[in-house]
Amino acid sequence: MTDSALPEALVDIREEFLALDVRNRLQLLLEFSNELPELPARYADHPDLLERVVECQSPVFLFVEVTDDRVHLHATAPREAPTTRGFASILAQGLDGLTVAQVLDDVPDDYPQTIGLTEAVSPLRIRGMTALLGRAKRQIRERTAGA
Amino acid sequence: MAVEHDTSARFGEYAHPERLVSTEWLQQHLGTPGLVVVESDEDVLLYETGHIAGAVKIDWHLDLNDPVQRDYVDGEGFAALMSRSGITRDSTVVIYGDKNNWWAAYALWVFSLFGHEDVRLLDGGRATWEAEGRDYTTEAPAVEATDYPVVERDDSVIRAYKDDVLAHLGKPLIDVRSPEEFSGQRTTAPAYPDEGALRAGHIPSAQNVPWGKAAADDGTFRPLAELDAIYRDGAGLSDGDQVVAYCRIGERSSHTWFVLTHLMGFEDVRNYDGSWTEWGSAVRVPIVQGTEPGEVPAR
Repeated sequence: MTDSALPEALVDIREEFLALDVRNRLQLLLEFSNELPELPARYADHPDLLERVVECQSPVFLFVEVTDDRVHLHATAPREAPTTRGFASILAQGLDGLTVAQVLDDVPDDYPQTIGLTEAVSPLRIRGMTALLGRAKRQIRERTAGA
Repeated sequence: MAVEHDTSARFGEYAHPERLVSTEWLQQHLGTPGLVVVESDEDVLLYETGHIAGAVKIDWHLDLNDPVQRDYVDGEGFAALMSRSGITRDSTVVIYGDKNNWWAAYALWVFSLFGHEDVRLLDGGRATWEAEGRDYTTEAPAVEATDYPVVERDDSVIRAYKDDVLAHLGKPLIDVRSPEEFSGQRTTAPAYPDEGALRAGHIPSAQNVPWGKAAADDGTFRPLAELDAIYRDGAGLSDGDQVVAYCRIGERSSHTWFVLTHLMGFEDVRNYDGSWTEWGSAVRVPIVQGTEPGEVPAR
């Protein structure tokens, strides 16, 4: 794949997954899942700020912060939903600190389909991650509209 | 050789109590020769976070479905799956999972398509196992590949195709989806991904009994009297009925298939796995919207 504009963190994540066989990709997804940070207190106390991603099978909520043109994605999902947590964690790490323009222009909407997880978790399940990315981008557009 | 049955008194009232085991029974029988424990979940990673010791994982997307056609694996695919799971044709298989055994029941139904004789559910699944503080491990089980025969899948008895359902119209149908899907307000379960159906509503005359009603709050199956109240008094089923159950892709309805067949003793129950994602997109099949079952159109 040649998309030279793809931000480095997302390139690294993709390479990490593609270097593994399918079974180990699941293990790596589990590691991401375990790394999903707790919500910062300012959101944990304000569930109303979080948006539910209804396309995901498990209750997952996300909130995108834009500070000085830098993007930070916060998400929460229950422990019993490790796959969804893993998806959210990949995006939280991959998008963190990118500029608004980078996320909107350089991260393709089908990035989730390109990291070798389709075979590992099934095409249907990967749709949840695509929806997460789509909603994150929409929130960014909303937050920066008219800015 | 089959492992002894769980003779717990609370299962005795069901039509086929040998299809259930309790958590206590499973704990006591872990490691018994001839017993293979299978975990089958909605979340493909849940097993990796911790599972019952020795349990193998079978995933419905990756292991039970054909990767190309919308169908289940064939005899060779199933034999290969059984072999790599350490299951022989005469193994006693106990399946458990998340979400009231939703996917576990689905796996059990697919095992039944291949006529695997001794396949049981762990009553209450993961939820009960956890609530009782029983252990999980992340240690991968040592599985020895087996020689499982290639058995042709038999779709004629417990599986219904769309044409079978059309021919069945006029006999009992149980729609196990949510009330919103039944009435046609939406085509997907609340909070579930869109698996694609062009039209919303239900098959004419179907009774709406959401699948989860068969489970008590703790995830175990309801006692027979409560099941009778739901399916006989509520949905109008009676002895000798031929029944077809459906949902959206056939997974929730395999849970209801289990309840009607193995707990209540209905002898002719089929699961329409094409379900709403097929019916709701098929050309010129009758559909009813609203909360009432509606009439079967004259033919």
